[in-house]
Amino acid sequence: MRRVWVFIISMLIIAWITVPITYTILSSFADLVDYYENVLPRRYTLRYYEEYLRLGVGEALVRSVLVGILTIILSMIIGLPAGYAIGRYVFRGRDSLKLAILFFKVIPIAIMAVPLAVLFIRVGLYDTLIGIALIHTAISLPFVVLTASSVFGSVPRDLEEAGYVFGMSGLQVMLRITLPLAAPGIAATALFAFLISWNEIVAAIILSSFNRTLPAAVMTPYVMGTGGELPDPYKFAATTIMVTPALIFMLYIRRYLIAMWGAAGVR
Amino acid sequence: MPSPLRKHIPYILVAPSLAYLAFFISYPIFYTFSLALFGNPSPMVEVMTSPRLGEVALYTTLIIATVIPAQIVIAIFASLFFLNRFRGRELVLYLFIAPLAINEVAAALIWYTMLSSSGFLNKLLINTGVISAPIYFFGYEFIDRTLLAIFLTEVWRATPIVFIIIYAGMQMISRDYLEAADVFGLNLWQKLRYIILPLIKPYIQTALIIRTLFALQVVGPIFILAGEYVRVLATEVVYWYSMRLNPGVASAWALLIGLVTLLLGGLYIKLLRPSAGAT
Repeated sequence: MRRVWVFIISMLIIAWITVPITYTILSSFADLVDYYENVLPRRYTLRYYEEYLRLGVGEALVRSVLVGILTIILSMIIGLPAGYAIGRYVFRGRDSLKLAILFFKVIPIAIMAVPLAVLFIRVGLYDTLIGIALIHTAISLPFVVLTASSVFGSVPRDLEEAGYVFGMSGLQVMLRITLPLAAPGIAATALFAFLISWNEIVAAIILSSFNRTLPAAVMTPYVMGTGGELPDPYKFAATTIMVTPALIFMLYIRRYLIAMWGAAGVR
Repeated sequence: MPSPLRKHIPYILVAPSLAYLAFFISYPIFYTFSLALFGNPSPMVEVMTSPRLGEVALYTTLIIATVIPAQIVIAIFASLFFLNRFRGRELVLYLFIAPLAINEVAAALIWYTMLSSSGFLNKLLINTGVISAPIYFFGYEFIDRTLLAIFLTEVWRATPIVFIIIYAGMQMISRDYLEAADVFGLNLWQKLRYIILPLIKPYIQTALIIRTLFALQVVGPIFILAGEYVRVLATEVVYWYSMRLNPGVASAWALLIGLVTLLLGGLYIKLLRPSAGAT
């Protein structure tokens, strides 16, 4: 009896998630006439992708990837040392520091974005990839620091001490023991930073006007009130391009999600 | 190896992050105040007296007050479900949290694909002869149905965050408590009411705070599914900055988001104070 219920609920969850995603991806390859006539399209084409990417969306896609990579680089360089310190050292002010970082995690992006846009216009960073990456770094940094601290905190101290016993220097221990052991967690942290940037919309749209990242570019006609005129297949193509890499990254990140979200606030 | 330098290492390591966050977050907060309050007329006064305020307050409240309770309830039952061990659990769990990786614009477009007049639902119902003309979900005459579409999108997309937090809490509950409850013959409802809910209260609190904060910032589903017919605080910020090129009024709306966040955060903390003996 219990197994039947587990099966039914599992199937409902699978359908609830996969039907909308699969149907959207399927529709993005469907021939338009066919799409309007049949529930399941029979003729498929890449035409709409080609057209849509040529309409400037290809460039937005490239920009999104570049901003994401910049965000990874910046947030790793700035955030990993802090994560290491919090995960590895006991020092005065550590708890209040953690609390402060949690607080930074819950600042509304809109409050950050508008003043930064005004500032960026003045210093020439408005509508640039670096400008968007800078604010995406600010958004992802609290996550990077807290996740990295739990990743470094779980590297066994014994192994590091064994390194010292065999005469390694602090730097050698870092490079040959700690970092390799922390690598999978750090990779997940980097992917998460990328995902935050890849999916971020409010700051991306406010800090740019022509050089928009993909989700901001997709939303722009809707903000201008002309979104309804966009042909349906373009909407499906846009969705497929945004969703596919994100779902693949998620496969890898999911093990670390509890550390990223579950621990928030409660410890 | 305690040397005077070593004592400072953690502070040196933490400094860049702290400086970065202090600059990119503290500076804008102060600047938001000056942008929103000063000017002639003061943008804040403009916003508070604008005819849109009522509409924005109504829709913001409506969406938050329907979406978030639904998500908490779903997350609690989903957590109970995933405490079971069964074959394929990993896969079902991954799928359930997968929307966490999907941005709001994509999620809104996915539900547009499901619900539009030539979308999955309508085509399915027409082809199987259940209805003869499509059901319209979007457009000026169907604001209540549009709100339903926004509700579905938000529940579909953002329940995983709530779930992950509450599930983490539920995993902390000792199996002994639940087994003891079984021994005493408590049914599911009694177990929830007297054991599980009191123990996961702090997690519900965190989930409420985080989810409310993010819900106040949602723009994608509103712009995409409702166009200009439904306005909330966050869409006003984007609209006034990007379309009307007015940083002052945009900041005033942003400041309202901040105030509402603080207010609701405080309210949750007050209402869900851990009862004595629960921890």
